[in-house]
Amino acid sequence: MALLDVKNLSISFGGLRAVDNFNLEIQQGELYGLIGPNGAGKTTVFNLLTGVYKPTEGRIFLDGEDITGKKTIDINKAGIARTFQNIRLFKEQTVLDNVKIGLHNRYKYSTIEGILRLPGYFRTEKKMNEEAMRLLEVFDLADAAGVLSCNLPYGKQRKLEIARALATNPKLLLLDEPAAGMNPNETQELMNTIHFVRDEFKMTILLIEHDMKLVSGICEKLTVLNFGRVLTQGVTAEVLNDPEVVKAYLGE
Amino acid sequence: MLKKISKNTKSSFITCALVIVIYAVIQIMNSAGSLSSLIKGMLVLLCVYSMMAISLNLTVGVLGELSLGHAGFMCVGAFSSGLFTQMLKTGPMNPNLRFFLAIMVGIVCAALFGFLIGIPVLRLKGDYLAIVTLGFGEIIKSIFNALYAYKDANGVFHLSFTSPKATVTDEAVISQYKIYIDGSAGITRNPMQSTFTIGIIMLLISLVIILNLMHSRTGRAVMAIRDNRIAAESVGIHITKYKLLAFTLSAAIAGAAGALYAHNAPSLMATSAKFGYNMSIMFLVFVVLGGIGSMRGSIIATIILTVLPELLRFLNTYRMLIYSIVLIVMMLWNWAPACKNFREKYSLKRFLRMKLTKKKTEEEV
Repeated sequence: MALLDVKNLSISFGGLRAVDNFNLEIQQGELYGLIGPNGAGKTTVFNLLTGVYKPTEGRIFLDGEDITGKKTIDINKAGIARTFQNIRLFKEQTVLDNVKIGLHNRYKYSTIEGILRLPGYFRTEKKMNEEAMRLLEVFDLADAAGVLSCNLPYGKQRKLEIARALATNPKLLLLDEPAAGMNPNETQELMNTIHFVRDEFKMTILLIEHDMKLVSGICEKLTVLNFGRVLTQGVTAEVLNDPEVVKAYLGE
Repeated sequence: MLKKISKNTKSSFITCALVIVIYAVIQIMNSAGSLSSLIKGMLVLLCVYSMMAISLNLTVGVLGELSLGHAGFMCVGAFSSGLFTQMLKTGPMNPNLRFFLAIMVGIVCAALFGFLIGIPVLRLKGDYLAIVTLGFGEIIKSIFNALYAYKDANGVFHLSFTSPKATVTDEAVISQYKIYIDGSAGITRNPMQSTFTIGIIMLLISLVIILNLMHSRTGRAVMAIRDNRIAAESVGIHITKYKLLAFTLSAAIAGAAGALYAHNAPSLMATSAKFGYNMSIMFLVFVVLGGIGSMRGSIIATIILTVLPELLRFLNTYRMLIYSIVLIVMMLWNWAPACKNFREKYSLKRFLRMKLTKKKTEEEV
């Protein structure tokens, strides 16, 4: 059974059909790419998957569970975490706290325990710190743990966003243009990181990307969107050589 | 990592220590007789205003929502606790216990109001929220200004907007009524039980609650919502729950401040000068000038901006002129980049550190 199974997903904004009859199956452990020209509806698909928008038609199943129309926080609890095209960190908080906020639903103690500093507070905070530092070390951010996240360099902010998403312990990780605004060196580093995340955390990853080098370098399968519709789906090498795709996306 | 945690705790500790030091200094000055009666009369008020400032800072700085009706919650706390005291004033209850319970009543009532108002209001953002809270503040004040609470001749408790004197004309009957809240005349002959020590204890408790909250899981969730709502939702944080929690707590602390305020003077009236828009703005000024999100700053700003106008009374007409200049200077001192640099360059911390390193190097040599 597929980890993520999307069936006939559609959404209309007034008369505009932003996503039309979208189907997608992602197997456990796959690195899947979603590409398409600007305005094709890629981010809309992400917003549908994470419950920001409610679909007009269609169903979404995660690991056999129907998550269609659920709220963002419930979908996150069900196991989908995401990053954003324009980085959305908690800017006024430290790098460590950003990851600890990601751990919010995994390590719990009550507000009262927090205010009165009962033993549960210290016990859980210690565990949270350890877990957060472990994640930060994976992403080579441990040295910057005490830095305000808005003071991090761009590439590291991207990494921190991935670390924060992973902190929620998802089954599926959605990356929205992770390489946007990166130089070739940073992109190469990011590719290594994504590979590493997949292998280390046994993570299933769906990513939107424009950087063809990155897409062809790490994605095993691709779906190409154009005007809200699926143009082609399949193994990366075949999809990228499809004349339709070349015409719509890469140019004739 | 450990360094960072201790940094938070250290900062909280310094803030609490600051309050205790201020308390000690004032007590020493008081016993030495060097405090003017003007300042003495303001001590409890300073505690009330400081509590208002830190509770508003919880809404504005930590939750990140602008509230312009905070004096309304103080009004609820003041009147509910005042009513409680009035009703039990002649009873056999121990006055100290009664005062403690009155404060609790003030806290609970204000928290309830905060919760109920928060449900619709926190759906709004930015300017809209500011306007609605402003409206609520005025409504609460107006309600208490028109409210009558009394027991009639049969001992039945009434809560209404019409004066018992309007319906009952017989003087003999009206004299049997027990009037607790008398409309715009408010509460009169309230026992004055608030002391500076009680005020400082309540301020310290509020401070510890807010600071501990800020550095806990709940506080991080609240600040995450402030920094980026969409991202907070995407990592599974329940937006409404945490917003309401912070807003209710903020209202509760304002209620405690109100209870303290109600027992600081024999009469309590819901006038604009005490609970109106100007007061809410004044608390906001304390918060903004002290630094949004900084509890220590709020307390310092409250003290300076409350005491200063009183000390400047000898200037007569120039008083408010100097006051506004002080406001501008404080603002620049806190936020202008040049001043910030200057402060960092000549800060006490740096000075101490330089001395220490100098010593070390000398020893090494």
